[in-house]
Amino acid sequence: MSVLPYLVAGWLFLVGCHGLVTSRNLVHAVACLTVTQSATYVLLLAVGFRAGATAPVFSDIPVGTRVVDPVVQALTLTDIVVSATITAVLLALTIQIHKRHGTVNPDELRALRD
Amino acid sequence: MSPRARLVLFAAVTPVFAVLFFLAARGLPSFGSDFHPYGDRAVAVAIEQRATDNVVSSVNFDQRAVDTLGEEFILFGSVIGTLVLLRPSPEERQVGQRSAGRVLPTTRLAGYLLLPVSVLVGLYVIAHGQLSPGGGFQGGVVLATGWHLLYVAGRYLAMRRAAPPTVLEITESLGAAAFAAVGLAGLGLGGAFLANVLPTGSRGELLSGGTVPLLNAAVGVEVAAAVVLLLAAFLEQAVVLRRVDYQDQR
Repeated sequence: MSVLPYLVAGWLFLVGCHGLVTSRNLVHAVACLTVTQSATYVLLLAVGFRAGATAPVFSDIPVGTRVVDPVVQALTLTDIVVSATITAVLLALTIQIHKRHGTVNPDELRALRD
Repeated sequence: MSPRARLVLFAAVTPVFAVLFFLAARGLPSFGSDFHPYGDRAVAVAIEQRATDNVVSSVNFDQRAVDTLGEEFILFGSVIGTLVLLRPSPEERQVGQRSAGRVLPTTRLAGYLLLPVSVLVGLYVIAHGQLSPGGGFQGGVVLATGWHLLYVAGRYLAMRRAAPPTVLEITESLGAAAFAAVGLAGLGLGGAFLANVLPTGSRGELLSGGTVPLLNAAVGVEVAAAVVLLLAAFLEQAVVLRRVDYQDQR
C-alpha cells in the first residue's frame, strides 16, 4: 500500500477538522488547528521519503549516499514556525475573549458584544 | 450555526473530501520512490557549489533564503500582534512582588544546573546549523526554553529584570534587520538579493556555506528574543496582572 502514508495525512486533517467542528473551548480549538496543520507536515515528509535513504546531512556520510528530499524538509520547517506563531496569536486572542466575555465556549459567543 | 448543524455539515463533506483526497494521493509518486528531481538538484548545489553539509540549511538559508525572510517576518509580525493583544487593559493592575509560591529545592537546583547546559546547547545548535541538524530556528527555541528554566526555578522577577521587554524588542528587531542586511549585501556585491557572496570554505568546517552561518546567527537571535517576548507576555497575564473588579467594569 504505497498510498497509506498519504492517507495518514488526510486522516489527521479530518480528525483536526472534526475537533474544530465539535469544539466547546477555544483553547481546544487552537490545539485542533495545530493537529490539522500537522497533517501538512506528514504529507510533505511522506512526499519526500525515499526508500532506504538517510537524512540529507553529509557531515558524516559519503557524498552520493541516498538521502531523502531536503526541499520538503525545509518546507516543513517553515510550516512548523508559521504554525507556532499562529498558535501564539490565537491563544492571545483567546485570553482577550475570555477577559471581555467571560467565556471561551465559541457557541456562547454568538454576537460580538461591547 | 448550532453544533448539531455543524456536525451534519461535517459528516456530509467528509466523505467527499476523503474520496477526492484518496484519488489525489493515488496520483502522487508512490511512497518511497526515487523520483525527487528538486531534492537531487538541491543536494548537488549544496554539496558541490556551496560546501554546506546540512542540505536542509542550504535550502532554507541559501537556495530558498527569500522564503525564510518572509517566514522570519511572519514571526516578527505575530510577536507584535501577540504583544498588542496582551497589553494590560485599563481595568487590570499589576500586583506587586508576589512570592514565587512553593518551589521544591530539587526543582530549583535542576533549573540552575540545566540553565547553562541548555544555553550552551542552543548556541551549539545555532552555530552548527550548516554542518549538522539544527540551525537558527531550532537553536533559538532551545535558548529561549533554557532561559525559562529561571521561571521554573521560581526566579520570575529576576528573569524579568535581567531581560526587560524593551531590550528584547530591540534585539528581535536587530536580528530581523540583520537578515535583511545580509540580503542587501548580496544585492550589492552579488547582483541578487540574498545572493551567497561570501567564500563558501570547504565542507565540514565551522565557517562553511558562505552566508548560511551568518543568516543562522541572525535568525537564532531573532527567534530566541521572539520566543522569550511571547512567553513573557503570556506569563505576565498569568503571574502579574489581576483584574481589579470584574463585575463593576461591566
